Amino acid sequence: MKTEYDLIVIGGGPAGLAAATAAYDQGLRDILIVERDRFLGGILNQCIHTGFGLQEFREELTGPEYAQRFVDKTLEDGIPFLLDTMVLAVRPDRTIVAISPKLGRLELHAKAIVLSMGCRERTRAAIMVPGTRPAGVMTAGTAQRYMNVEGYLPGHNVVILGSGDVGLIMARRFTLEGARVNAVLEIMPYSTGLTRNIVQCLDDYGIPLLLNHTVTSVHGGKRVTGVSIAQVDDYRRPVPGTEREIACDTLITSVGLVPENELSKTAGVQLDPITGGAVVNQRLQTSVPGVFACGNVLQVHDLVDNVSEESQRAGRSAALYVQDKLPQTLRSIRVVPASGIRYVVPQCVDVTEQTETIKLFMRPSDVFKGASVELRTDSREEPLAKFRRSRLTPGEMVVLTVQGTVFAAVEADILVGVKVL
Amino acid sequence: MSTEVCEITCIVCPTGCKVRVVREGSKVIEVSGNTCKRGETYASQEAVAPQRTLTTSVKVTGGDFALVSVKSATLVPKARLFDLMKAVQKLRVAAPIRIRDIVVHDVLGLGIDLVATRTVRKTGE
Repeated sequence: MKTEYDLIVIGGGPAGLAAATAAYDQGLRDILIVERDRFLGGILNQCIHTGFGLQEFREELTGPEYAQRFVDKTLEDGIPFLLDTMVLAVRPDRTIVAISPKLGRLELHAKAIVLSMGCRERTRAAIMVPGTRPAGVMTAGTAQRYMNVEGYLPGHNVVILGSGDVGLIMARRFTLEGARVNAVLEIMPYSTGLTRNIVQCLDDYGIPLLLNHTVTSVHGGKRVTGVSIAQVDDYRRPVPGTEREIACDTLITSVGLVPENELSKTAGVQLDPITGGAVVNQRLQTSVPGVFACGNVLQVHDLVDNVSEESQRAGRSAALYVQDKLPQTLRSIRVVPASGIRYVVPQCVDVTEQTETIKLFMRPSDVFKGASVELRTDSREEPLAKFRRSRLTPGEMVVLTVQGTVFAAVEADILVGVKVL
Repeated sequence: MSTEVCEITCIVCPTGCKVRVVREGSKVIEVSGNTCKRGETYASQEAVAPQRTLTTSVKVTGGDFALVSVKSATLVPKARLFDLMKAVQKLRVAAPIRIRDIVVHDVLGLGIDLVATRTVRKTGE
């Protein structure tokens, strides 16, 4: 088997397929996609609801339909891919060790690598929910795979902990399949899910959303028999006297996503402690030459459309890197989160001879109404740029399109912060 | 006839605009708060007769996937969603199925088709 490639893309989900096909469009032909599941398209295969593609394709698609467009493009381009193949390590010299039932142990090498492994759900263990350890406690994504890919209904009487989008979507899915969803509990005073999902997944079916609530204990021997829930105070501690039990056979957790960066670590890529993903520039280059990162492995997105856009940039950059066509960097400017902003990606912008428009992705640390997001430097009184937003919330990523001239004009770090008007 | 005001959160896109609809019986008089044309269409309909796209899956025999994901080709009256689900749960379809194929014609005589949103190949193909 061939072992040398111009570009290897790790992960054949939405990010990997967008990166690979964009690299192809940039003129690269020697590409390989490595996917650990038995199909391309990644998590979109189990996201059978609509809501995908409004930005990328100007129409509303289901997850499988969205995936199919990129799968079709991959097949049309004739880009080879390995399924059922798990990458075990990426070395800093861009050697990849992978394993597959068909091919055994593989050692591949590439001139450039795109890391597009996606993210993983936090589990009950990650948030340390006390109680017994019966069957029937699972993440929303696991339940979604059971129901939408494998064809099993994993419970009949459900409580959902966490109001992220997957949890909300699963509340509706369980309900439609005839299960009872007692409540969705959210420890924060606001939901991190999109408003439209609260409306069409909970309100439509009369499912209560209990804000400032959490599960204090799981009950049951072999199978879940119920959960204790309680209200929490401002410090997210259970309030004595508010505890009550809900009988159920299933506890679904939807308590956040974590970028899956084990391979980035073996590659020696510098990670951002806040995003959990790589530190990158606007070309999605990591700290390791020739290694690029995009999609949910870089930062957890709300919309796959943003994943595709980001990953296409990564794919193009990787192709340009192989072709030795990336513009020369004159200087690097760090983009630093300031008050009200939790993180910004990219973490640095490389200034070159050409000025280019830069997209900054970020999450606010709190809910703000009637605010503006401002770019500043320490040395100047006036902001370099400001963007008004009627509402900011941690659940919704903020995307700012910044003129390249802003970066060309400064030498020092740029601070990105929220100013309430 | 008296007018009634409905506060509707638009679900057309992730923005989630709060739309205010004034109606007189089943006649929409005024729509405000929306930021696009689609929001106006959605809210006007929602105030009078709510509709949703149904997405679910149908069991497949002899395919490389156990299920084929489907969506209603047109909007379904919200009150009929569970009737449709019950009808769909009993169904079995044989592979192969191609994306955009009509999996079920005219469910429950409502004039609504269910369309495949993924391709399922025959086992071993």
